[in-house]
Formats: sequence, C-alpha cells, structure tokens
Amino acid sequence: MKLAYWMYAGPAHIGTLRVSSSFKNVHAIMHAPIGDDYFNVMRSMLERDRNFTPVTISSVDRNVLARGSQEKVVDNITRKDTEEHPDLIVLTPTCTSSILQEDLENFVERASIDTKCDVMLADVNHYRVNELQAADITLRQIVQLYTEKARKKGELPTGKTEKPSVNIFGISSLGFHNHHDCTELKRLMTDLGIEINEVIPEAASVLNLKRLSQAWFNLVPYRELGVMSAKYLEQEFGMPYVDITPMGVVETARCIRKIQQILNDQGADVNYEDFINEQTLYVSQAAWFSRSIDCQNLTGKKAVVFGDSTHAAAMTKILAREMGIHVVWAGTYCKYDAEWFKEQVGEYCDEVIITEDHGLIGDAIARVEPSAIFGTQMERHVGKRLNIPCGVIAAPVHIQNFPIGYKPFCGYEGTNQIADLVYNSFTLGMEDHLLEIFGGHDTKEVITKGISAGSDLGWNKEAQAELNKVPGFVRGKVKRNTEKFARDRGFSVISLEVMYAAKESVGA
Amino acid sequence: MTVAQTEALTFECETGNYHTFCPISCVAWLYQKIEDSFFLVIGTKTCGYFLQNAMGVMIFAEPRYAMAELEEGDISAQLNDYEELKRLCLQIKRDRNPSVIVWIGTCTTEIIKMDLEGLAPRLESEIGIPIVTARANGLDYAFTQGEDTVLAAMAARCPEKVSVVESEKKERNAIASLLNFGKKKEDVAADESEYVKHTPLVLFGSLPDPVVTQLTLELKKQGIKVSGWLPSKRYTELPVIEEGYYVSGVNPFLSRTATTLMRRRKCKLIGSPFPIGPDGTRAWIEKICSVLGITPKGLDEREAQIWASMEDYLQLIRGKSVFFMGDNLLEISLARFLVRCGMTVPEIGIPYMDKRFQAAELTLLENTCKEMGVPLPRIIEKPDNYNQIQRIQETRPDLVITGMAHANPLEARGINTKWSVEFTFAQIHGFTNSRDILELVTRPLRRNNNLKDLGWEKLVREEAKI
Repeated sequence: MKLAYWMYAGPAHIGTLRVSSSFKNVHAIMHAPIGDDYFNVMRSMLERDRNFTPVTISSVDRNVLARGSQEKVVDNITRKDTEEHPDLIVLTPTCTSSILQEDLENFVERASIDTKCDVMLADVNHYRVNELQAADITLRQIVQLYTEKARKKGELPTGKTEKPSVNIFGISSLGFHNHHDCTELKRLMTDLGIEINEVIPEAASVLNLKRLSQAWFNLVPYRELGVMSAKYLEQEFGMPYVDITPMGVVETARCIRKIQQILNDQGADVNYEDFINEQTLYVSQAAWFSRSIDCQNLTGKKAVVFGDSTHAAAMTKILAREMGIHVVWAGTYCKYDAEWFKEQVGEYCDEVIITEDHGLIGDAIARVEPSAIFGTQMERHVGKRLNIPCGVIAAPVHIQNFPIGYKPFCGYEGTNQIADLVYNSFTLGMEDHLLEIFGGHDTKEVITKGISAGSDLGWNKEAQAELNKVPGFVRGKVKRNTEKFARDRGFSVISLEVMYAAKESVGA
Repeated sequence: MTVAQTEALTFECETGNYHTFCPISCVAWLYQKIEDSFFLVIGTKTCGYFLQNAMGVMIFAEPRYAMAELEEGDISAQLNDYEELKRLCLQIKRDRNPSVIVWIGTCTTEIIKMDLEGLAPRLESEIGIPIVTARANGLDYAFTQGEDTVLAAMAARCPEKVSVVESEKKERNAIASLLNFGKKKEDVAADESEYVKHTPLVLFGSLPDPVVTQLTLELKKQGIKVSGWLPSKRYTELPVIEEGYYVSGVNPFLSRTATTLMRRRKCKLIGSPFPIGPDGTRAWIEKICSVLGITPKGLDEREAQIWASMEDYLQLIRGKSVFFMGDNLLEISLARFLVRCGMTVPEIGIPYMDKRFQAAELTLLENTCKEMGVPLPRIIEKPDNYNQIQRIQETRPDLVITGMAHANPLEARGINTKWSVEFTFAQIHGFTNSRDILELVTRPLRRNNNLKDLGWEKLVREEAKI
C-alpha cells in the first residue's frame, strides 16, 4: 500500500479509452462498477466535446460478484453494435474487473459471432502499466488487428504512395495541446512537400488502418504514444520512423534532417537545409528571441522542469541550449522510461529526478528556489504557494490547458509559443531589474503566503516596512531566507540589522 | 404527445446503465464538514484518479484525505493488510493527528474481501485513534449514498449518555477552551424557556454550517430544540443519542443512516418530506411539530413570503418541462418543488428509490401534481442513459438535469441542461435557500435567453442514420 492523493499518470484504462475514443466510430465498453466512467466527464469537460463520449459501462455489481458476468458483457456488446453501428468495440478491463479474473477473451469471441463490428479486448494489466503505457499498447493492438485482418483478406496495399508521405502517430484525445500540434505538424509536412497519409488515432477510421503501410515513413512526435505502433510497422513492413520530437528550434531542425535522410534513402532527393535556415532565422521568432536583450536578462536564471518524458526533455533542452537558462534539475514521472530521459537531458541540467511522488517534487522545488518552474498543474500549485511563477508544459492539466486559441508546442509556431511561455514565466527580466533599482512599486501590506504554516519569528516594525519594499515576486524568498538565518542564529525578533545580516550572509 | 393522467405514481426499473459519481466522492464534502477527521480511501489508482479529477482545486489545499493505493502485492495477499494499514495510519497520526480516521472501503476491498470492519477495532486500540469503516463502493451505491454509509457507521459511534460525555468532551477540548479564554461563550444554553419541553430531537445529514444554523433557528421559532446533528463539526462533538430520541433526516439519500438509528440506536424516525424548497421546508417543520405535539405558528406567512420573493424566477419556468436523468437521489424532492413552481416533469430518473424512507416525500409529490393539475411523472429507478437520451431527443424537454458526461453533448444539440452535481454542493435547504435552487434551475434558461437571437442553438451536424 502506498499513501497518495495525487498521481501524475492515470490508471491503465484511461489510456485505453483515450486511444479508442480518439478513433472515429470506435466504442469502448468498460467492464467496471458504476462510477468508473469518469472518463466521459473529463472528455466532455476538458475537451468540451460536443458529442457523447463513445464509452459505456457494463456494470459490475453484486450479481456479477456472485454469479459472474455471464451473458451481461456479451449482451452489452451486441446491444451497442445494433444501437451505434461502430466499426470496432474495445472491451476495456478496469482494476476492479482484472481482479475478478473473468475470461473476457471468451466474451469477446462469443460476442463477435453476433456482431457486425469487430470486437477486441484491450490487453493491459492494471497493476503493471499506467495510462501512458496502456495507451501505447492499445494503439499498437488496434493497428496490429487491422493490419493482420487486411493481410488475411489480401487487402493490404502494395507499394508506396507516389509522392513522399507520412503517417503521424500519437495525436489523441485529452493529450496536452495535441490538436494544435497536429495542425502544426500537418502544416510543416505540407511545407516540406510531404503528403499526410494517415493521422492516428485522433479522428481516424480503423477501416483506413490498412493504408498505413503506403506511407514512406512514420512520424512519432511524442515519446509516450505511438512508438510501439511504429516499431510494429517497422518490423512488419520495414517502415522507418522518426521519433525526434520537433519541439524547440534545434530539435525541429534535427527532426527535419532525419526526415530528409529517410526520404533520400528511399530515393526522394530532397534538401531541406534552406527551409530550415529560412524558418529558423526569419519565420520563427524563437532564434531571434534568444539573441534579443530580453533573453539576455534570463541568462543564468535558475529553472526546474518536470513533466512527461517528451515535454520535460524538450523544455530542458530549449531552456539550456536555446536560452541560456540554468536548469537546476529536470525530471519526469515516466519511471518506466527513465533511461531514455536521463540520456536526453543528462548534459543540460545539474541533476535528473525520476519520481511519481509529487511531495518529493514539491520539496525539490522549495530546496532550489528557482526563478521559474516548468511543470504540470501540480507544480503550478507548488509555485503558487512558494510565490514562484510556473509555466504548464505537460499533463496532468486543467481545463485552462485546453485553450481554444491556436497554441501548438511542436514545429516553428510551437517555438514561438514556448518562447512566450518562458518569457512570461520569468517575471519580465527588465522589469525585475528596474524594480530592484527603484525599490519596487508594490506597497501592499501583505507579505507572503509561506510554505510553512506559521512563523514563530516576529518582524519588528522597521524590518516589516523594509520587507514590504522588496518587490513582490522575490519577497517570499527574502522572507524565508531571513527567517532561516534568524532561526539558525537564535534571533527571536527580526530587526533591520538581522535582515541585513541575513542578506549579507547569503550574498544577495 | 398527450399523457394520460394516471392515478398513482408509477415506478419502473431500467438497466442501471447510467452515469453517476462514485460514492467515494463523499469524502470531498465530509472531510470539510468534520474538521478533525481524516478520510483514507482504500482502493486503486482508478479511485485516486477519480477523486483527483472530480475535486479539482481542492486537491491542492492539503486535504485531509488520502488514498491507500493497493498494489499488486496487496491484491495477491503477499502483503499483510493489517501491517500495511497500520503503517499508513501511524503516518497519518504523526502528520495530521486527527480525532478519527474514516476508512472508505471500495470495490477492490469488497472483491478481495479485505475485512476492514474486523481490522479496524484491533488497529484502533493499538494506535489510539477511532477508526470508522464505511463501505462506499460503486458495486452497491451511487454518489450521495456514500455519505449515507459513512453516517450510518458514525451513528454507531454517537455517545449514549449525556453526563459522561460532557465531562470527557470538556477534557478533550481543554486546549480549545484555554485558547478561547476570555471570549464570550455562545449563549446557546441561555434560554431554555424559549423551547417547549419535548423528547430530544437529533437531525442527521451533512450540511454546510450556515444551513445548519438556519434550520436550527427555523425549528427554534417553533419552540423545538435541536439536541444535536449527525455529523457535527467535529468528531469529538458527535451528538448523544439515547433510546427513544426522535431523529429526522434532512436529505433523501440517508436511508441506511435512518435504519441504523432506528434499529441499532432505538430512535424514533420522523418520516417527513425533506426541507428542500419552501413547500418541503414547511412540510418538514409541520411534521416535526405534529410528532412533538406542537402547533406550528407563522408558517403560512413565512412560506408565502418566500414564494413572493421568487416571483421573477418563477415567471421564467412556469409551464416549462424538466427531465431528471438521475444521479444523486435528490431528484424526487427537487421534482416536487419544481412542480409546485409550475413546471411539468415527464421523467424522474433516480439511482435508488427507498419507498419507505421517502414515503412522505412521494406522497407530497403526488399531491402537488394533483393540486397543480399536471401529469404524474414516471419514476425510473436505475435508468439507462442511452434510452433516456432517445426519450429526450423525442420529447425535447425545456431543461434536462444531468451529469457532466451528457451536459455538453446535449447543449450542442440545442437542449438546455443543468449540471446535477451542483445541487449537492450548493446550499439548497430551508426557506432561506429556496431562491438558490431556482438560481441554479433558471441559469441555463437565462443564459440562453440572452443568446437566443444568435441562431446558434444546434452546434452539431445532423448525424447520418444508418
């Protein structure tokens, strides 16, 4: 047993549902107790989906406990088949149903005798994989199902498309800025003269999956979703794939060069160097931003990064390599993929933290006192309590992270968006500097909401007034440093003298 | 569509394929209500994910609840339940020092048959903190019924004798009274003469403190003294319940608690409609008065005054229809109130219908419909959401009260919706809060009135029928 009230990655069935409900006309039936269909609420709320989420429960209740599901699951599958005419029904086990150890595979077989649609059992172990791993597995399973089916029927297309073409993998429901990234990636491919063959799973039809092998290569922008499918297709058809996330100027260029190499290997004879150069220097503002005076003021500022592997790794590289920011530590909650992450960010930060424990991350932030945090919603709240700005770069996220406006993280427009995010998070370098010179314009009485509940130290009037002169965004830090100093030296009241002594002792 | 005026309410039961919150969600409001408690939900990642997402920002406020997340070793009994729970509870004791730890059993603990009721007393005596066990799982219960299971378990912990407890309470609250030194003591006990002499009355159901005060004062006007509430603000202040006391429920989903109070604590239950809406509140007070042998006074004027103050809202909803998809068990009371407001109700979906506990409420619903001259609604227990949506598409009610899973899709199809969960978190009880119910009910109508000329009602393309 583990004591916890916050988790970064959800349970396995959420991953399965994210993939299945991203496809068009695929229905998921959860073998679960009433109340476990919370996924529908998230889809409807966070994504503001206009359509009913294609997920229903085949409810596990007392009767099921006593006698087994018997006909119930099969009936629910055939019923959904006649009601909604889906192409595929995915039977989704949950943590509850996996303990029951019913033969779900058998239900699937029996149901598929009577249904027009295909029926599949999501093959995920709830106690071994999380949301992200399960999503990856489910996508592979669906791709495999339809590839094999087409092969049996002799419907697999032979040969490639005439012009270079690509499949984009991993765009999914409830993914962080996925829709915007998808648009941006399509735009990028069009600019490169590459046709889009299929995008999966979002808005794709399973009936088109047999066409996947027509593409010249697969692009997997996210580390978490799509790699397994890409590997499967590589193994089946020798299809190459690009798994460099085009996030940030340098990585986008690297991704494009890799694509160039893959296409040229297949005889395309393309050269994207001019395109990269043009985009980098004149179209994207990010390269220019890193030269500008604004960014100069960010030099050496401390930041910490935490999120899923893809976004945390990309952000760490952008901050360190493209903006000259000092990343004290970078971390991910994708424990299962720790080696990859360490390899990616090792040279760009002082320390790598791999954990699923939000408490540990909170402490690590408090210890470092960075000028800005780039993390998930949890880190944003830690930032609020410590008075440190935070840019949200990865799931888990709230409704405000599903913006209506166009905000990709990938591609060249993505680099602009990220530059804005970073710059706005670092409380405006110049303003910071000017406020320090002129003693701040903030005259509010409120001091700070410290992370420790109560302070046993009294501030005398003068010191209090002095503290209020400190600009708002560093006041909390000054207060904590001074109090720590006073506590260490055994002062009970903080006077101006103590305050200055503290300032001197930390050399600030 | 014409509906034949039926003689009595009809009850149907569908497939039970409906959307609702898992009953463990009760920790969200109960940990806030019972200030010295700590709720430990013993379940899996699925439970945790639900709580994390359903409670939104509350998660970040260092809540007094946590998951005891079961791992593979727990499921296969490679780890010892007792030792594991002891380790976690000691950690909670060290970090938070609560006056009670409430264990919430989940589907998983049911299936692996973890004997929480058996483990609790042992651990309780070992670590010195009361442990209350409630099985609020999705196999058996829906949403608000979670509170019912917790309060039923708490009912067993209410002290039996006044004297013993008072001194003990004083001792336990020694520090609190020290801190309050010099403050004027609330003069609750000041005027016993304001009350009629009657058998002690204890109310049950968790309500926000302002509503507790409002209802308590409402009864005080009739000379009725409320001896205590289950639950109280603190676990250490649970009310004394002696054999023969009267008890009355304030929410329609508290049938287990009522049963426990009657059977195990030998209390007498006052069966009445629930104090939701001015009509319900009045009926509730009248019933309590009649049981205690008191002639109620001033209720006519009080009720009329509330109705008059709501006239602007009533004009918006008179003659309109409202469809309850059903997910929180408040449906019967709300429907009854809305019929009195002049609405028609084609269907009341409800997860579970206790006809005995809700008897008075059902009778009031029936009478209200007859008096208002509207057809009696179909009451559908364990509804099937898919079928309901077909019926909604056919009859196109003016308002659908539903869960968040269906709200946006229905709005996109030009159907007004109100999110049902808001009724469980808003203050809706008593005379004072009647207007708040209508504030919720009319909000989609008011909003859509504002937008009505834009021609943006249907925002999905017609689906092709195959």
